[in-house]
Amino acid sequence: MSGSKPLKKAPQKSTGLHVGDASPGVKKVDPILVADHVSRKFGGLVAVDVEHVEIPRGAITALIGPNGAGKTTLFNLLTGFDKPDTGTWSFSGKDLAGVPAHKVAKMGQVRTFQLTKALGLLTVLENMKLGAKDQTGESLFQSIFPFLWKKQEEEIEERALEILERFKLLKLKDDFAASLSGGQRKLLEMARALMTKPTLVMLDEPMAGVNPALTESLLEHILDLKTEGMTVLFVEHDMHMVRHIADWVIVMAEGRIIAEGPPEDVMKDEAVVDAYLGSHQDVDLGVVTGRITLPKGEK
Amino acid sequence: MSSATTENHTFFARGMKMLLIAILAFAGVLFASPAMADTVGDEYENKILGNVKNEGTPLQGVRIIVEGNGYTAEVVTDADGKWSIGVPEAGSYLITLVEDTLPEGIAVLEGGATQTVEWGFTNTVVWNFFIGEGERNPTSQLDQFFMRVFAGLNFGLLLGLAAIGLSLVFGTTALPNFAHGEMVTMGALFTLFLTLAGVPLLLSFPLAVALSALFGWGLDAAVWAPLRARGVGIVQLMIVSIGLSLTFRYITQAFLGGGTEQLPGALGSPEIPIFRTVTLSVNDLVSMGVSLVVLVAFAFWLLRSKMGKATRAVSDNADLAAASGINVDQVIRVVWIMAGGLAGLAGILWAYFRPGLKWDMGEKILLFIFAAGVLGGLGTAFGAFVGAMIVGVLIETSAQFIPSDLKYVGALLVMIIILLFRPQGILGRRERIG
Amino acid sequence: MDINSIFINTAQALFSPVTIAFAMAALGLAIHFGFVGLLNFGIAGFMAVGAYGYAISTLTFGFPWWAAFLASMAASALFAVLLGIPTLQLRGDYLAIVTIAAAEIVRLLLLSTTWIKTTGSADGLVAYANDFRSINPFPDGTYGFGPWSYTANQFWVLIFALVVLALAALLLWRLVRSPWGRVIKGIREDEDAVRALGKNVFAYKMQALVVGGIVAGLGGALYVLPSSANPMLFATSLTFFVWTALLLGGAATVFGPLLGAVIFWVLQAFLGSLLPAMADAGLLGALSSAQAGALRFVLVGILLVVIVIVRPQGIVGDKRELTFVRK
Repeated sequence: MSGSKPLKKAPQKSTGLHVGDASPGVKKVDPILVADHVSRKFGGLVAVDVEHVEIPRGAITALIGPNGAGKTTLFNLLTGFDKPDTGTWSFSGKDLAGVPAHKVAKMGQVRTFQLTKALGLLTVLENMKLGAKDQTGESLFQSIFPFLWKKQEEEIEERALEILERFKLLKLKDDFAASLSGGQRKLLEMARALMTKPTLVMLDEPMAGVNPALTESLLEHILDLKTEGMTVLFVEHDMHMVRHIADWVIVMAEGRIIAEGPPEDVMKDEAVVDAYLGSHQDVDLGVVTGRITLPKGEK
Repeated sequence: MSSATTENHTFFARGMKMLLIAILAFAGVLFASPAMADTVGDEYENKILGNVKNEGTPLQGVRIIVEGNGYTAEVVTDADGKWSIGVPEAGSYLITLVEDTLPEGIAVLEGGATQTVEWGFTNTVVWNFFIGEGERNPTSQLDQFFMRVFAGLNFGLLLGLAAIGLSLVFGTTALPNFAHGEMVTMGALFTLFLTLAGVPLLLSFPLAVALSALFGWGLDAAVWAPLRARGVGIVQLMIVSIGLSLTFRYITQAFLGGGTEQLPGALGSPEIPIFRTVTLSVNDLVSMGVSLVVLVAFAFWLLRSKMGKATRAVSDNADLAAASGINVDQVIRVVWIMAGGLAGLAGILWAYFRPGLKWDMGEKILLFIFAAGVLGGLGTAFGAFVGAMIVGVLIETSAQFIPSDLKYVGALLVMIIILLFRPQGILGRRERIG
Repeated sequence: MDINSIFINTAQALFSPVTIAFAMAALGLAIHFGFVGLLNFGIAGFMAVGAYGYAISTLTFGFPWWAAFLASMAASALFAVLLGIPTLQLRGDYLAIVTIAAAEIVRLLLLSTTWIKTTGSADGLVAYANDFRSINPFPDGTYGFGPWSYTANQFWVLIFALVVLALAALLLWRLVRSPWGRVIKGIREDEDAVRALGKNVFAYKMQALVVGGIVAGLGGALYVLPSSANPMLFATSLTFFVWTALLLGGAATVFGPLLGAVIFWVLQAFLGSLLPAMADAGLLGALSSAQAGALRFVLVGILLVVIVIVRPQGIVGDKRELTFVRK
């Protein structure tokens, strides 16, 4: 599959997301997540040191940067999976610093993992049902009395089947998740995340380990999230994908944000080019790593 | 997993504060008035009993402690000054009269407040302290303390021998070996069989240690190495070690029965005065001497020899060691041989310390071997030694301040607390955790 | 060799309160280890707390039988919480060590002469079952047939224990099939995935610890109800026997612990009668009958090693559902 046109229809990009000039830490018109002075050190190594960052609501933002830039660490901090040394941040106005991971998820901010965590011991359908929020049957005392949660379970199952259909996983609904391929598990993780009815979906390297045939489908799903009114923040290495679906790009290097802006602008930014690509200035990192092969004449 | 640790730590911190308050309140109630009895151990046939009287007047509420053969109990004299302590076996016991519980101006006049009692032909020993008006020997409490410290050092040294093996096995194979107690028992058992078969005592010791080392080798060759090669998970391996501990413990019971045997020379070892009224038996001195020599020799091996250095490397980081060309399987085999030999020696010394050889003698100290290893830092041999000395002295000296049959609880609590707050122990490094 | 008495002893183990109590303990451990993956090597401690909770509330505080049971359950729950708060965040092998130590501390506290008036120390406690016996609905007489003949009191304990076991098994069965059980299953495999879906993992683990602890504690109470409570009963070996029964039956199932407990005790009774008889008949060489009795525990140890390597899912378990088997 050629890397130049991964999607059949060019996506509708959001514009006008920022206030003033596009620079690291620029204010957004309608931010869903605002973070200040977030830092995290491991021993002597500074993993994250972000002065200020705002994630625009209703748009797809890509968080890119070379390996070790601190992207996943920042992810972990913002979602409560790690404790920062300093920093405050708020999600839709609610203060999130110090809030444990499960509460963050309950508030509508759901994340996926670099190493997919599809629960292999459960079937695909069970995975999906696990994602549902506020199922009364999940409480210890109520769980003993099926009549209290049976109806809810049926509603949840309906919704799960719908989403599975959309993700083309319906046929596999009774298979153990362990028997799915890597790419199918990624789709399952994303589908499961949708069950939580999130407002902000944070995807940690959604394309990693997925064979090229599935990337189109994944991209479509990510775009669908935006169409349904959710905000998306994803970490990626693949600049092609980033260029095609991201409305906004934030670039990190060595724990700091070094550039922000629409994809085309960011890719031309001097600082980004230096930090990221070194001598391969105008070549996609995906090509450098050999993950993408381009037809002749393409760059 | 950093996230699991983070979120769990939040609950942990909050929960611990509540827990601490609850425990302190509970402990306050619990220890406020321990109800002591004047008769203890009724189910045992053997009894030590006596009468505390000051010039014919019975003294009530005087505390008497009996310790020996791994058993300890306390009584308080009743209105007639009488007390009785049942003991599980007829052996050598230390009786202590706690002078602080005597009325003012009254003290033990002759013989000292701590005495050793040996058994006669009946199953009752009567012991009466000589009480009268007099100066309490202010040093006798202090001397008791010193005796305890020496006992603690002796115990700590033999614990250290066993703990080093446990620690290195954990460091090189990530396995907490719950069968280590049985490896200790084996040393004493081999010695017993050799002496019963007529082998001279001084030859039996090294032979028994060699057999124990062979036992360790056998365990790795027949069980652990094949399971490692199969990639069997660590939880399964832990359960295997438990199965092995059951197997060997009950094999020992099948041979020994439920009673206690003594190794030659365990009883009646002459006491040598050290300073003031503190004495140590010849057995104690030899035991500590042997432990020290072996520990120093082992330290030398660990630090200087090629295999020793390789062992430390593997215990530190097995993958890195393998990458630098060390034959990890061979190192692990050597570790098991060493662990077997050291544990066997510890078993012999333990049989002389208690004194006595019993089918479950190893199991009785398993948790303290773990406590020593954990306290010092699982995976480091020096940590095991330091941890063992602290645990040994802690156990023995705590009997001075708390009811003596609770002295083991202290060591266990210390181990739990270390695992909660500083799981890498004293000498371990943070990275090896979680 | 007296085949008849061997048969009788073995058959009795099939329907004995001890077997049922053991099954309760295995059920509790199934919740802890089988369903949540907690390496609880201190289940004997829970049983001790439950047993002494019943006995002490009856003897020292004069509770009627039903209040004593409630007190026993409360004590077990409290012990679970006390143990859980510091230890639920520990990784597997450390949790194993801490739980063994905790159970041993419980045993040492019960054995100590410091509180001998309440705990009985090494003598233990007796005569706490009178109120329980007073509500026995069965009139005096013999019940059952053949090897399963009981006095009215024995029969009462048996029926009562059976009912409690059935209720506990039913409860667990319901829990496992519910959304709560689904969350627990997820936690067993990957805590973080479940956390990312908004579930409070710590709370779930604590709930499972408490529920399993109460079940095991009731097992302890039933264990001592027909006889006497003694610290010696609750040594570390008991924990490992419960583990053997659990793994034998099937750790991550509801029926497994019940099956495992029955097989374990029947086997124990069988070998406990057979081996000494064989020794007496001279079939085991120079072994005395007492020594032969110890052999059955040797076999338990070997059985444990073999099961956990060769068939870790037990008799009725599903290998696909196991999380502790690594490849």
